[in-house]
Amino acid sequence: MNTRAIYLFAGVGILYVLTGVLLSWNVSLNILILGLLSAIMALGVNMQWGYAGLFSTGIVGSIALGGLAVVFVSGNPVPEAFAAGGWQAISGLAVAVAGIAAAVAAWTYMSPGRARNLAVAVILIGGFFLYRGIFDPAVERIEAFDPATHGNVGGFGLNSIWAWPVGGVFAAVAAWAIGKIALGLREDYLAIATLGIAEIVITAIKSEDWMSRGVKNLVGLPRPWPVPYEVDMQADPGFLAFCANWGLNPTTTSTLAVKGIYIVMFAIVLGLLIWLLQRALNSPWGRMMRAIRDNEVSAAAMGKDVKRQHLIIFILGSAVVGMSGAMYVSMLGQLVPGEYTPLRFTFLIWIMVIVGGSGNNWGSVLGGLLVGWLWLIVDNAGPLIMGAATAGMADGALKSHLVDVAPQLRLLTLGVALLLVLRFSPRGLLPEK
Amino acid sequence: MDLLNALVAFLNFVVIPAASYGAQLAVGALGVTLIFGILRFSNFAWGDTMAFGTMVVILFTWLFQSLGISIAPLPTALLALPFAILITSALLLGTDRVVYRFYRKQKAKPIILVIVSAGVMFVMNGLVRIIIGTEEQNFADGGRFLISAGDFKAWTGLAEGLAIKGTTAVTLVTALLTMAALFWFLQKTRTGKSMRAFSDNEDLALLSGINPDRVVQVTWVIAAALAVIAGTLYGLDKSFRPFIYFSLLLPIFAAAVVGGLGSPMGAVAGGFVVAFSEIVVTYAWKKVITYVVPQAWAPDSLMQLLSTDYKFAVSFSILIIVLLFMPNGLFNKGK
Repeated sequence: MNTRAIYLFAGVGILYVLTGVLLSWNVSLNILILGLLSAIMALGVNMQWGYAGLFSTGIVGSIALGGLAVVFVSGNPVPEAFAAGGWQAISGLAVAVAGIAAAVAAWTYMSPGRARNLAVAVILIGGFFLYRGIFDPAVERIEAFDPATHGNVGGFGLNSIWAWPVGGVFAAVAAWAIGKIALGLREDYLAIATLGIAEIVITAIKSEDWMSRGVKNLVGLPRPWPVPYEVDMQADPGFLAFCANWGLNPTTTSTLAVKGIYIVMFAIVLGLLIWLLQRALNSPWGRMMRAIRDNEVSAAAMGKDVKRQHLIIFILGSAVVGMSGAMYVSMLGQLVPGEYTPLRFTFLIWIMVIVGGSGNNWGSVLGGLLVGWLWLIVDNAGPLIMGAATAGMADGALKSHLVDVAPQLRLLTLGVALLLVLRFSPRGLLPEK
Repeated sequence: MDLLNALVAFLNFVVIPAASYGAQLAVGALGVTLIFGILRFSNFAWGDTMAFGTMVVILFTWLFQSLGISIAPLPTALLALPFAILITSALLLGTDRVVYRFYRKQKAKPIILVIVSAGVMFVMNGLVRIIIGTEEQNFADGGRFLISAGDFKAWTGLAEGLAIKGTTAVTLVTALLTMAALFWFLQKTRTGKSMRAFSDNEDLALLSGINPDRVVQVTWVIAAALAVIAGTLYGLDKSFRPFIYFSLLLPIFAAAVVGGLGSPMGAVAGGFVVAFSEIVVTYAWKKVITYVVPQAWAPDSLMQLLSTDYKFAVSFSILIIVLLFMPNGLFNKGK
């Protein structure tokens, strides 16, 4: 941390304070919560890009997988649905995984030739039909159970704080699979391939109703420990007495208190991550990663296994992003698959990393808080500003169109901001040392 | 008779839609592959360039409709194409001047250009949403059907109908003309040859006196034309929604990579490979199979390999298979 960083962080802090004073503290704290989450996502992306130079456009996939973890870990159990087809669905998926593994093994261990191609094709095609044969009827039975409120296989009903690490693991497993395939290809092929895998993950979450109820949204996921519910707080005599004692409004106080608890929790996670990452970055491992990033050929000549290190950092970065995705859903209390768009959850995070300063952890945090604020303030202040700007205009189609599209201005603004930073200050607001 | 019905159903639900979708992808992939060949980066703003061009077409279509100008039975959008190409070319040339040229002169790594193109994507996406909004727009006018299913059934006496939509015919003819014009340009004209030379070997092309700035400018203009045409054909056939165009990136990239990035012929073939695989895999084969097999064997299920939701999974799998086993694409064996 140098003076520049302190000034910049203070500036961002002033933005949040101004939001609190001018709009409302509720909005300001809400944005801060999401800003902290964005900062964690940006840290994960910075590990991949800043440490290793890997450009992945599948961030939204990791975030969504993290969210899915909350559904499995904390979703209400639906024993009837699980009894109807849970084990069968799991064995169907196991068959699919085994089939792919067998095909990969056949490809690796058989000698090249027609026999190998035939074997791989037979395993894959046969495995596909076997998987569909086992899996489809199970899913049909699960989805048939009480489709109005359930239709999903249910979760373990555990506290959703357990879902955070699980979300990281989900994303890590996916990253391992995609990394095995796509790392080592040309760098822009990695970008295209990750774009595709993210699209598939999102499609699965949207359309596999047995898992997450798809676009019907899975609601009622529990809050992570130790966050209380506002209604419970307002019913608690101790809390009411406390409020009466200090002359506070119980409703406002409870909402602000809940937000405050989230902020503290997320800040602790962020702080731990930064501490770990800074230590890693200054360790021999961090030096090796930078050496690989700056010159792969010479690092390879020094005996470093570039591909393996890329895979490791890709998995670790995705795990951090996946964990933040789980934190996000556990806070929202619901999984809304329609929310996961690449623009919002992939490219916006990229803007945070690059504007903040590639390769610098504090830069990513700054970018997350700053760009996150810019993005979200528009939801709250955009219509107000556009309303003021168009106040002098006659009412009509143009005016209502302008007010309607006001939120879209942020795409334009952030795109221009990214281009300006890349052009004039490519190392970002807080450059790597 | 049943076999004939099966054939008609196959044509109607698989071959015709796939051909028209394939033609749209092929034109789009030609743009991606040209930009890759000349400017040497994967343009993530491509989907939004298509959306921008289509938006301009829609605006001109509305203008012409309000003026009462029409070229019925053809859609008015065709009349708007030249104007939209002009405006989109201006936008792309402007973007190149303001954004890309700097990195080209610096000889920045391709990945930096990819990130820059993501910034351009945001800007274009914002422009489109601000100008036309996020709602769905249908701008197809003109003749609905060349052959309607009912007429076909009446003529042939078959149980299955074969419908050819007006937009399908427009797509196929326009795409064919576009490809023919592009290949003629690349093969026969001096500028086209210099572009191919530049794409094959930049240093050698520079040595032989080719002006790189001119090559780049021509590339952007052609790319603009391809983006507008591909976007308009897709929008006429389905409908226009800005975010759909972003997700077209994946099948278009897949098409370009399948054919080998930088190879125009490959992009065309890739477009059809991706479109046909997507539709063959996601089509419910029950109807066709019921016609072909004896009554007793008729399937109960839909006989669909993958639900249509997963159509992107198909382009993705093709992409991955090609990247793993034929990294240079089907048509780039020499490199």
